[in-house]
Order: sequence, then C-alpha cells, then structure tokens
Amino acid sequence: MKRKFLLIVAFISLCWISCREEPEILPPEVIPVAPPDSTVTDSISQVKMLGFYLLNEGNMGSNKSTLDYFDLAAGEYRRNIFANANPSVPKELGDVGNDLAIYGSKLYAVINRSNKIEVMDKFTARRLGQINIPNGRSIQFDGGYAYVTSYAGPVEINPNYEQIGYVAKVDTATFEVIARCLVGYQPDGLEIVGNKIYVANSGGYRTPNYENTVSVIDIQSFTEIKRIEVAPNLQYVKADKQGNLWVSSRGNYYDEPSRLYWIDTQTDRYEGMLPVAVSGMTLDGDSLYLYGSEFNYNTFDYTFTFGIVDVTTKQIVTRNFIIDSTEREIALPYGIMVDPRNKDIYLTDAANYVYPGWLFCFDRYGRKKWPQIRTGDIPAHFALLYE
Amino acid sequence: MFLNRSFCVSATLWIAMAAAAQSPSDTVRNINEIVVVGNRYKEVIPAQQLSGEKLEKLSSFSVADAIRYFSGVQIKDYGGIGGLKTVDIRSMGTNQLGVFYDGIQLGNAQNGQIDLGKFSLDNIEEISLYNGQKSEIFQSAKDFGSAGTVYLRTRRPRFSGHKKSNFVSYFRAGSFDLVNPSVLWEQKISKNRSSSLNAEYIYSSGKYPFRYRKILPDKTVDWDTTAIRQNGDIHSLRLEGGLNGYLSNGYWQGKAYFYRSEKGIPGAIVNNVWKHAQRQWDQNFFMQFSAKNRVSLFEKYEWMFNVKYANDWMRYLNPDTTLMYIDNAFRQQEIYASMAHKYSVLQNWDINFSVDYQYNTLSSDLTDFVFPMRNTLLAAGATAFEWKKLKIQASVLGTFVFENVAKQNINQLADKTEYTPAVFLSYRPFKRRDLNFRAFYKRIFRMPTFNDLYYTDIGNINLRPEYTTQYNIGFQYNKNFKKSVVNQLNFRADAYCNEVTDKIIAVPKGEGQYRWMMMNLGYVEIRGIDISAQIEWKLPADILITSHLNYTFQKAQDFTDKSSEWYGGQIAYIPWHNGSAMANIAWQSWDMNYSFIYVGKRYHNSANIRENYELPWYTHDVTLGKTFRFRKGKTGTSTLKISTEINNLFNQYYDVVQNYPMPGRNYKIILKVEI
Repeated sequence: MKRKFLLIVAFISLCWISCREEPEILPPEVIPVAPPDSTVTDSISQVKMLGFYLLNEGNMGSNKSTLDYFDLAAGEYRRNIFANANPSVPKELGDVGNDLAIYGSKLYAVINRSNKIEVMDKFTARRLGQINIPNGRSIQFDGGYAYVTSYAGPVEINPNYEQIGYVAKVDTATFEVIARCLVGYQPDGLEIVGNKIYVANSGGYRTPNYENTVSVIDIQSFTEIKRIEVAPNLQYVKADKQGNLWVSSRGNYYDEPSRLYWIDTQTDRYEGMLPVAVSGMTLDGDSLYLYGSEFNYNTFDYTFTFGIVDVTTKQIVTRNFIIDSTEREIALPYGIMVDPRNKDIYLTDAANYVYPGWLFCFDRYGRKKWPQIRTGDIPAHFALLYE
Repeated sequence: MFLNRSFCVSATLWIAMAAAAQSPSDTVRNINEIVVVGNRYKEVIPAQQLSGEKLEKLSSFSVADAIRYFSGVQIKDYGGIGGLKTVDIRSMGTNQLGVFYDGIQLGNAQNGQIDLGKFSLDNIEEISLYNGQKSEIFQSAKDFGSAGTVYLRTRRPRFSGHKKSNFVSYFRAGSFDLVNPSVLWEQKISKNRSSSLNAEYIYSSGKYPFRYRKILPDKTVDWDTTAIRQNGDIHSLRLEGGLNGYLSNGYWQGKAYFYRSEKGIPGAIVNNVWKHAQRQWDQNFFMQFSAKNRVSLFEKYEWMFNVKYANDWMRYLNPDTTLMYIDNAFRQQEIYASMAHKYSVLQNWDINFSVDYQYNTLSSDLTDFVFPMRNTLLAAGATAFEWKKLKIQASVLGTFVFENVAKQNINQLADKTEYTPAVFLSYRPFKRRDLNFRAFYKRIFRMPTFNDLYYTDIGNINLRPEYTTQYNIGFQYNKNFKKSVVNQLNFRADAYCNEVTDKIIAVPKGEGQYRWMMMNLGYVEIRGIDISAQIEWKLPADILITSHLNYTFQKAQDFTDKSSEWYGGQIAYIPWHNGSAMANIAWQSWDMNYSFIYVGKRYHNSANIRENYELPWYTHDVTLGKTFRFRKGKTGTSTLKISTEINNLFNQYYDVVQNYPMPGRNYKIILKVEI
C-alpha cells in the first residue's frame, strides 16, 4: 500500500516537474511536385513566371488562414510559408483569407475576419505592414491605389440602420484608407475597367432579400454613378478585352439558380445570360474558365460544372473540361487559376471545409498532370508571381 | 461503486468519517441522508458519483467543473465563468447525453445542448454519471433514452434533532471580479413535509489575463503576447423553491426553478481581433412534480409519477455592425408527463412499465421561421432478475415522434418509430469478496434537433435519428480494512466499444462560399478503457485522506469517408489519454483538497496532422478550508467555514477549444454559514 502511495506521489510530482511542451512555429513543408519549369510567359515580353501563391481561407474562428507557394523553377510546393517567414507576428496570418493579389512589389492578402489586409513583399512573403479594413472581401488596383470591397456597414446611430457596404480606396504607399464609397449591400467582387470600378453587390446578410445590382463607381470622383440590375446575389466580376464585364450570381438558393451574365461596359447595360452555374471563375485570353454546382433537392446531390466560355462568341465551349474523370476525386471545387503560358488549369478542392484541401493541376487538354497536393484548409485564392 | 447494501453502509461510513472530526450531530445527519437515498442496491452497474462533502471540497464552480473528475468524460469548455461548457460522454457527442435535474430530464429541443456551466454546485448534493443508463428498472421511459446520463440531485431538507429550520449561506468572491452570494432556507412544515428556498446571484466581469506564445524549434521565442479576456461578463440570478413530503411508502417532491442571465460571448481570439461584442440573454423556467409510492395494500406494486412544464427563452445579439447584425430571440416550451409502474412478480423478479409523453415547441422572430412542434411518446418495458450470483436487467424502449410545422408549404419530419434495447448484467463470483463483473449492451439514438431539421439553409428534414451502440465489460472490487492505514479500497475498470452511426454532421453544400447542410453521414467507432481507484487512508492523529484516481483511454476514430485521406483519424478534441487525481485531507476542523486534471494531446479535427495538433494541458487546484463551530442552545450548532481556492496553481495557459483561452492561476475565497 505504501508503495502505491509513493507511486501516486511520484506520478503527481512528475506531472509538476515535467516541462510542458510549447507550441512551435511550423516550418513550411516542401513537396516536390513537377519537373523544374522556367519558361517565359511569351516571346515578346520575356517575362518569367516564377510561381504562384495560394491563399487558404481557413474556417471561421480557426485563425488558420495560411499561405502556400508553388515554386515553378524548383517544381516544389511549399505549404504554410507565412508563419515561418514572419515568426514574430502574433497569431500568424489570421482568420479567413478572402482574396489575394500582387501589385507592384507587394503581395496583398485580404483577411476577412482579422479585419485587415496583410501586405507582404512579393518575393519573400515578409510582412511589410497591414491595412485595417473590417470585413474585407476583394481587392483590385489602379494608379497606385488599392480598392477593396467591405461588408462592414458605416457605424452610425440610426434606428433604421442598414448595413450598406463600401469600397475603400487605399494608398499603397502609406497603407492608409483615404476614402470610402458606399455601394450596395455586401459587395463582393470588383473590377476596374478604364475609369470605372464595377462592384458586384450580393446582399448576403439579407437572405432571402438579396441585392441584384452591379454598382458603377467613377474612379476620379470616387462616387457611385450607376446601378445595373443583373440578378440576385452577385459574386464575381471579370472584364474581357472586348469591353464586356462577366458577372456571376450565386442565385438565391431557392428558385433562382447560379448563373453567368454579361454587361457592356461602354453602355453599362445588362446584355445577356449564359445558363451555367458559377461558383468561381478566371479569365485567360478569350476563355473564361469556371466551376459551379447545381444542387438537386430531389437527390440531395450536386452536379458540378467545370466549364469554359468563349467570351468572344459568348458560347459555352464545354461543361466539363476534365477528360479523365478526375472530377470524381474533387469533393468541393473552391478556386481556379490558369497558367497563362501553357494553359494548365489549377483547381482547388476544399474537401469538407474542415479537412485540409487539395490542389489539382490539369494540362490544357483536361488531363490531370500530377497527383493532387495537400494544401491548407479551404484553398481558394491564387496570385501569380512574375519576375 | 458498490453493489449491495454494503454500499449504503460504506458510503455512510465514508461521509461520516469525513465528518468524524466534527460534531456528532453531523454524523447523525449523514446517516439520515442515506436512509433517504435508499435502495441503491437495485442498480446492476453503479454510477460514478460525487456527493456531499466531497463535492463541496472539490473547488468546482459549476457542475461541468465537477464532471471533469469522472472517467470517460470530455468537457468542451470555452473558458470563464459564463463560457459554454458541454459534456461529451465516451466520445459519442454532446447530444447523446441526457441530463436529469431532480429526476426529470432537462431538455433543449432547439440544439440538444445542455450548458452544464450554467448549473452551479451551490445546491447540488450529488452528481451521478451512468454509462448506458441507470440500471435500475423503476424509472421513467426517458431514463432509458440516452446513451449516457448525468443525474443532478439538489439538496433535500434534513433536520437534525429538534431543528425546524436550516439556513445556509454562501459568499464566494475572487478572480474575474467574481461576486457570488447565495442563501438557502429550509423549513420543516410538519412531520412529513418540508420546504426549501434557494437564491443565488452571480456577477463576474469575466476578465482574466491570457497568454499565447510560439517558439522556434531551437526554443527561441517568436512571439509572446498577453492580453485580457474581454466580453466574458455574466450576471445571473437563480431562484429555486421546493416542497418535499413523505407518503406512507414513498415521497413526493415539487419544484420551481427560475434562471436569468445576461452574458457576453467572448469569442475566438484570432489575429488582429482580441475582443468581441456578441451578447446572449437566457431565461429558463420550469416547474416539476414527482411522486413515488408503494401501495400498502398491494405490497408488490409501486408507482411513480412525474410532470413538468418548461419555458426557455434565449436572445442572441450581434451589435457589431462590421459583421452581420443579428438580434434573434427563441422560445422553447415543453410539457412532459410520465408514469412508471413496477411490479414484483417474485422476490427476485421485478417488471416495470413506463409511459412518457412530451410536447415541444420552438418559436422565433427569425425570418422564414417554421415554428416546429414535436410530440414524443415513449414507452418502456423493463425487467430485473436476480439468480444467485447473477443479476440481469433488460429493457426495451419504444419512441414515437410526430412532428408538425406551423408554416405552410414547408415539409416536416416524417413520423418516426424506433425500438431500442438494453441489457445489463452483473456477476459476483465470491460471496465473501465484494468483486463484481459486469457487462452491458445498449442501442439508443438521439433525434435530430429542431436546428438540425429546420434551421434556415442548414436544416434538413430528411434526417434520420443518430444511433449509438455500446458494448461494455468491466469489474469492480471493493474492500474494507479494519486495522490498517488503508481504510477502504475501491477499484473499477471498464472496457468499451461504441459505434455512432448516421451521425448528424454539418456537410458543405457544394454551392461555393461556405454553406453547410446537416446530413446523416458520420460514422465513428470508439474503443476505450475507463479505470478508477478510490482509496481511503486513516493515518495517526485522526488524519483522514481520501484519494481518487481516474484514467481514460479512448480511440475514437472517424470512419465516415472511406476515400478520405483521414479515414480512421481520431475525432476532434478527443485525447487518447486523460485522467484526474484528487486527494482530500481532513484533520480536526481543517481540510485540504488537491485536484489534478490531465488532458493529453488532441487534434481539433480528424485530420490528425501537425497543423491541427492541440497541446496537452493539466491543471492543479488546491483548496484549504477551516470550519468554526458555535454552540447554539442545547440542540444545534452553527458553523462557519472559510475556504480559499487556488486554481491552476502553476499558471498554465491552455485552450480546451482552439482559440478560446482558459484562465491562468486564479483565486477564490468562500464563506459558508450554516445555522
């Protein structure tokens, strides 16, 4: 009995004395993926594409937005590089990464729930500073300024208060917000064409009374000059070379399905619709690559579309650019990017949101190029890095 | 714990000895207590239990804090006095656990979650935890209806000697700006009747320092940041009144409960956000009545009767206009009635039949709310049989659910009929040795909650019940020593295997942009071992030590998706190893309690990779108390007890739930006056 007692005492004291392990900054994991590739973008400009960044959103409240980098020259994928590049930043990159872009020498990551835009050096991903924008969504640049959409309503005391979103104008030299332009409810994607900013208003906080307009902002006066009625719950906008603006809607999840629309930016008028569901899209040349899903309430299942739209003819070229049935391995497409040099298509899979996601790569013919790579949680946004 | 009448005796002894250094009247009181609790020998597998003084000395604030000392239990704790604390028993999920308050289940048809942080230990006399079900057949049908059950029993009035009334008052104060007064008044009305009134108020600012830091592999500090937890304040008021009485061969009990609180929701600490603004208001009211009696003319027949009405209101506010503004209120109502009948066919053969009816509604000011109503009819048949060294109990529960929604053009859950069995066995091989082997099998389900079914966008009316199947084998050994330093020894061990099928989980809706839907997709297998030992020591100079050790091993694997890379991963927040240790030393009017909790490494989801790793944590809590006695007239004594607590003695900063920091070292002082 005495021995037992001593054992207990020993056990307890051991627990006292033993040093508790401490959380460590994780070094990036390097995954060799593809043979080295250092082809230039095109023979005229001779610009070399070095690689691309991939921003993982991370679940809300998890603080697990992470940054991955694909190094083309080395053929390596580096997972989770931010924390290691910035070991002194408390709580790392932040909560819910919503957009990623490179402008000038800087890499900008819109971190929605951390109410900021993280500004980094585009080559090293070292932190240069942050821009404080609550509930930021998407970012675009023009003439030394960043334009960022935000869901955050103006703070005011008003019994009939409604949360109108805004576009913030940010000086990329000082990281200061210098002006705000109110737009519609919960603005998402934005695109700059000439001297106008087009903003897709979603109204996502107003279920089921979604917004259905695109706001047009005059860039000089930074005021909203027009609203173009399109469809409920708009999400992304992309401008093509012909002066058309492609707008995707999420639909109202009830009787209005997700669709693709276009607007003429000369007349700022709604032009037409293509019957394809769009959850994400990217434009390369005259091809709009997209993925989408349509939910069937009878089978409780989805039909995924991996489509290409020819923006000159406004025709759906294909509804499934994947030819080797790889789509069966994709649980939830969540991001898309096309390599402008060789038209490789990169697709991300957010799995079940909780598990880490995957990055798939298809060649221009739609064949899986290499086995998918594990990413961070909810991989979503790409930014191409040029020399 | 123990299997037969010796339980009563030894429990009495234990409590009595803990009080040995005190006055004789206390001993008397404690013996009375056991008389009231009575026939525990009916249980095939006894509960894990914390009661009386042991519970009081545990330096626990809420029921959730105390339950951490049971084996096989995981607490999800979001930190602080007002933080949500839910209990998961043997990794089957919070919704599979039933919580009973004075014999009647606490319901939450909206989300199935019972926040045990909300129940203070102030007037709780006993907490019992049963795996499977309370293996006593004479109970309501609902008692058969959960995969695991926690019973909270409030203090029943007892009057020593000629006393007609008792007053107990507590005042607790300490860290987090805690101010917590309470009063209890018990009055003897007549020989067979008594009343009690209890009021408690809690205020806390919820402010505590927390610290996050990370290091490089070479141990240099990358960043190290300390902040104060904000928006964790709580004000709450609890009022409880009860009437108790005895019948010729039984008792009755009526009770009204009112709780109101306002609290901040402190939220997750993420980069650049160290403060949140969300608030929640709760108001819970219930009244219940139960009675139990053996009919004197017909000795073999006993009946039991329970009724309850509950009305719960909750308001959630997000006033932060940078986010989605939310101000929603929900009201739930419940009507419940139950009747159980037991008949002793032979001296060693009992049968029981019970029928329960429950009606639940939920209303809200949410847009497009469907106003669901649920009728549940439960019927249980059970039998208990004793044959020599063997005890057997078997029960079957039939559950019939009929649901309606008030809103037109909305589908409702199809009617459900489910039958679920349970079998409990125990075997005592040696007459002279208190060694019992036991085993049980149980299959049970939980219904999808109103949120699972109807919550805008997320809800899915095609959900089926979520089933659990449990297999358990184990043994218990108990020994009393007459002339030894060790007074008493109790050892128990169980091994179990559980399956959760059709687990209701949130699955992404493939429509892009972070949308979810509830589906019956999950499948989890749990294999575990629970071990606990309790030793009482009697040292020279009247030093009494009771010590308690608990250890749990669990392998809870997610087998939901065979094609997934993470197939078979340990499920979220379930450690492989966890345990607790407790020691209580009593000497004359002094007592000291030490408790230790260890939770081993975990992952915050079933992809068991380094990014999802959560560090083990362990806390040491110490309480020191001194009791002062004052004689009052000839009959009674008044006591004053002063205790101080230091919790998390070594100031360990840890998260139970990712990004929800827990308090470091904190203090409390407790004054208890008993007249």
